[in-house]
Amino acid sequence: MATELPLLPKDFKSDQEVRWCPGCGDYAILAAVQGFMPELGLAKENIVFVSGIGCSSRFPYYMNTYGMHSIHGRAPAIATGLATSRQDLSVWVVTGDGDALSIGGNHLIHALRRNVNLKILLFNNRIYGLTKGQYSPTSEVGKITKSTPMGSLDTPFNPVSLALGAEASFVARTVDSDRKHLTSVLREAAAHPGTALIEIYQNCNIFNDGAFEALKDKQQAAEAVIRLEHGQPIRFGTDGAKGVVRDPATGDLRVVAVTADNEADVLIHDAHSPSPTTAFALARLADPDTLHHTPIGVFRSVERPVYDTQLAGQLDAAIEQNGKGDLAALLTGADTWTVPSQRRTS
Amino acid sequence: MTSQVSSPAEAGKDVHRLDRVIIRFAGDSGDGMQLTGDRFTSETASFGNDLATLPNFPAEIRAPAGTLPGVSSFQLHFADHDILTPGDAPDVLVAMNPAALKANVGDLPPGAEIIVDTDEFTKRALQKVGYAESPLEDGSLDGFRLHRVPLTTLTVAALERFELSRKDAQRSKNMFALGLLSWMYHRPTEGTEKFLRAKFAKKPQIAEANLAAFRAGWNFGETTEDFAVSYEIAPAAEAFPAGTYRNISGNLALSYGLVAASQQADLPLFLGSYPITPASDILHELSRHKNFGVRTFQAEDEIAAVGAALGAAFGGSLAVTTTSGPGVALKAETIGLAVSLELPLLVIDIQRGGPSTGLPTKTEQADLMQAMYGRNGEAPVPVVAPRTPADCFDAALEAARLAVTYRTPVFLLSDGYLANGSEPWRIPRPDELPDLRVQFAQRPNHTLADGTEVFWPYKRDPQTLARPWAVPGTPGLEHRIGGIEKQDGTGNISYDPANHDFMVRTRQAKIDGIDVPDVEVDDPHGAGTLVLGWGSTYGPITAAVRRLRAAGESIAQTHLRHINPFPKNLGAVLGRYERVVVPEMNLGQLSALLRAKYLVDVQPFTQVNGMPFKEEQLADALEATIHGH
Repeated sequence: MATELPLLPKDFKSDQEVRWCPGCGDYAILAAVQGFMPELGLAKENIVFVSGIGCSSRFPYYMNTYGMHSIHGRAPAIATGLATSRQDLSVWVVTGDGDALSIGGNHLIHALRRNVNLKILLFNNRIYGLTKGQYSPTSEVGKITKSTPMGSLDTPFNPVSLALGAEASFVARTVDSDRKHLTSVLREAAAHPGTALIEIYQNCNIFNDGAFEALKDKQQAAEAVIRLEHGQPIRFGTDGAKGVVRDPATGDLRVVAVTADNEADVLIHDAHSPSPTTAFALARLADPDTLHHTPIGVFRSVERPVYDTQLAGQLDAAIEQNGKGDLAALLTGADTWTVPSQRRTS
Repeated sequence: MTSQVSSPAEAGKDVHRLDRVIIRFAGDSGDGMQLTGDRFTSETASFGNDLATLPNFPAEIRAPAGTLPGVSSFQLHFADHDILTPGDAPDVLVAMNPAALKANVGDLPPGAEIIVDTDEFTKRALQKVGYAESPLEDGSLDGFRLHRVPLTTLTVAALERFELSRKDAQRSKNMFALGLLSWMYHRPTEGTEKFLRAKFAKKPQIAEANLAAFRAGWNFGETTEDFAVSYEIAPAAEAFPAGTYRNISGNLALSYGLVAASQQADLPLFLGSYPITPASDILHELSRHKNFGVRTFQAEDEIAAVGAALGAAFGGSLAVTTTSGPGVALKAETIGLAVSLELPLLVIDIQRGGPSTGLPTKTEQADLMQAMYGRNGEAPVPVVAPRTPADCFDAALEAARLAVTYRTPVFLLSDGYLANGSEPWRIPRPDELPDLRVQFAQRPNHTLADGTEVFWPYKRDPQTLARPWAVPGTPGLEHRIGGIEKQDGTGNISYDPANHDFMVRTRQAKIDGIDVPDVEVDDPHGAGTLVLGWGSTYGPITAAVRRLRAAGESIAQTHLRHINPFPKNLGAVLGRYERVVVPEMNLGQLSALLRAKYLVDVQPFTQVNGMPFKEEQLADALEATIHGH
């Protein structure tokens, strides 16, 4: 009894009660993902959500697909095994800033460089929620938390630039509260062959409330948010008054007020550029404290060989070259000798 | 034998018959001793002798030349009857340099033959290993039969017609030594000739040079007066049941066992692995068999290796991770998840000396407790162990049977000695192998009170207590599983105290209830003492038991394939004997398990020197136990 298509968002809701804190940004993301799933055009039995540990990692329980809630940091590794052995599945990883960038950092970067067919949703709330409020690897320097009463000392990761450095073929950023934008990014990620990383700024209203307020508040957002659209000039602010240009002296990017004189200098966003250089510069544009000049959208989307496709190709090539494996021939090998059955009677 | 070499009998030299010989090839780690040993082993196997081997090499790839830590050796025991160990003490030592002589001479019994490459006994080489005077001259080797052979010079001279540098020509001296030993023991040579031609197929000149060195070694033995005697060791016709045989190492047998298990289960094989000695050869071997649908994944670390395997298990593969002790430590959390998810997963631990990095290239059995208990929470897993190199094949099939039948991670504990050692193996026909096919869940398995048909991922088979294996892609069985405690039946998250208690006990009961064969006891005389072992100690223990019985002693023997759960009759067997002794290459881990479970005062006999037990020493210890001291 294969699932009948098309499906509706409600078909992706499991029978489990959602247990995030009231007001958590995760609810919006869950609704957006459930809303988007029918667009995949896949039967729900062919979709798998794999997560690690943390608030975000409860996500699979609420999806009426196959799912695994695994262990802290390991979801990309587990999903890699699943995706490379089952190319027919659509495999999604749900993770958080602690899960993906701290305990599981190694698996994340290696999944990205391998380009396994995984869609990784990284919920970044810049705090540890499930363990009740310690600073995370994306918390701003000086963060006062239970474990850092005098302020955190370590420089945070920038997940987008980390992913670009790890050879990611698709990197995007979006915000939990902007359902339309979130959905558009999900759509592009789903269509991307290989690993897609989506950083989703997500509000933890208990331990780090308002962390992304600058990007959400209508008044501030116009100045703070830069919406990246492939092939379009990178302009933002009221009436697109500001733009991003390259500093000819350093090659770095900076924000300018757009004038008739410099309008031609405003960068055209090229998500498909073979070089990640400009995407990296865009990832570094935001002020880490105020979040002003935060680009959202697809930073990079390039096609390169997909690990699981290539592995399957090697299996096919091996059969083509050597024929389908013959167990008896394998066990026998090249050097044998025979002991006849009459030997003992002599 | 090719026309270039004539048989020793024709040359008019004496031929002595022997029933068994132990040869040790020793040299620098760059001298090709492992290859030389492997070739001699292949010749010996194809001749039909029974054999057992013990490669012994440093962890460094190229330790400083000519030093004691850089010595690499290969010991081979072969006989006209069935044998069980690579032998305690070599009858013949081939020492390619002073370091090899110094490192090995202490293991030789009086009267042993020593063949040395005199060219390497230079002042500097002697000084490097602390010889004030040459042992070839100072009389210290008087108790041995010493053959002084200028191996390097002879090799270089034999290769004059090949325009090779002296350095390149010298590299063939191991083949000269192999040729000489092959003459001494009447080994067939076709295999080696074929091997060299295939190995250097792209460099025919090197192939021919090696062949020339090999033949020169043979001819040297035949013509020089120094070697007056050659030896015949008849094929071990009586030792082997009828069949087709090959020589096989433990890691190769294990790799083949995994491929066979995948075929017999009709499940694709997925190996997640991270390079580690002495397990890497399994990764190398399996990566060559993609035409069997085998997927090998070299992960970024040990944790990812087992994680990927677990992901593949969820997807319906026969999933395997291979490692050694340090890797098992890293995988522990994921193995615990596999216990909780109740998915089939093979965890292959090729044990080596520990703790920490320990002795990467040496053997030990000290991961038993780690396999049994090395996880958080109550996380029982079946544990199986092969007893000989060839038995690694059967052990892999058995581990796979337990994993897929009971939906559980299974530990297979091999070790460095089994992994690298080799022996003859009767090649099974595929139709002799067990049927491991499993049924994935296809439809709902539970009816709710309102009549709705649903799928419950934790509704168990009443016989095995295994839960259904419902793989993604199966319509209607969408479900979520995870490491948080699950409600019995539904698999939904549950923090209910009584449910947790029930689930912990149920997971334990599932493992305790696994159907494993009873142990068989070999006790022809109604002995008072039982020797019980597990894993690679089988060979030395059995050899020691034979020796004792030949000397008129009475001793019973049994050996465990299954360490968790123990065979059902084990308690009764232990209770039948006044004394039970357990030899182990650790500080008594199985002894502790047996004492805890059966309240039997078993006596451990332990050794942790990175080497397998020696037969004589073990026999002495068992004899002492028999007589109550």
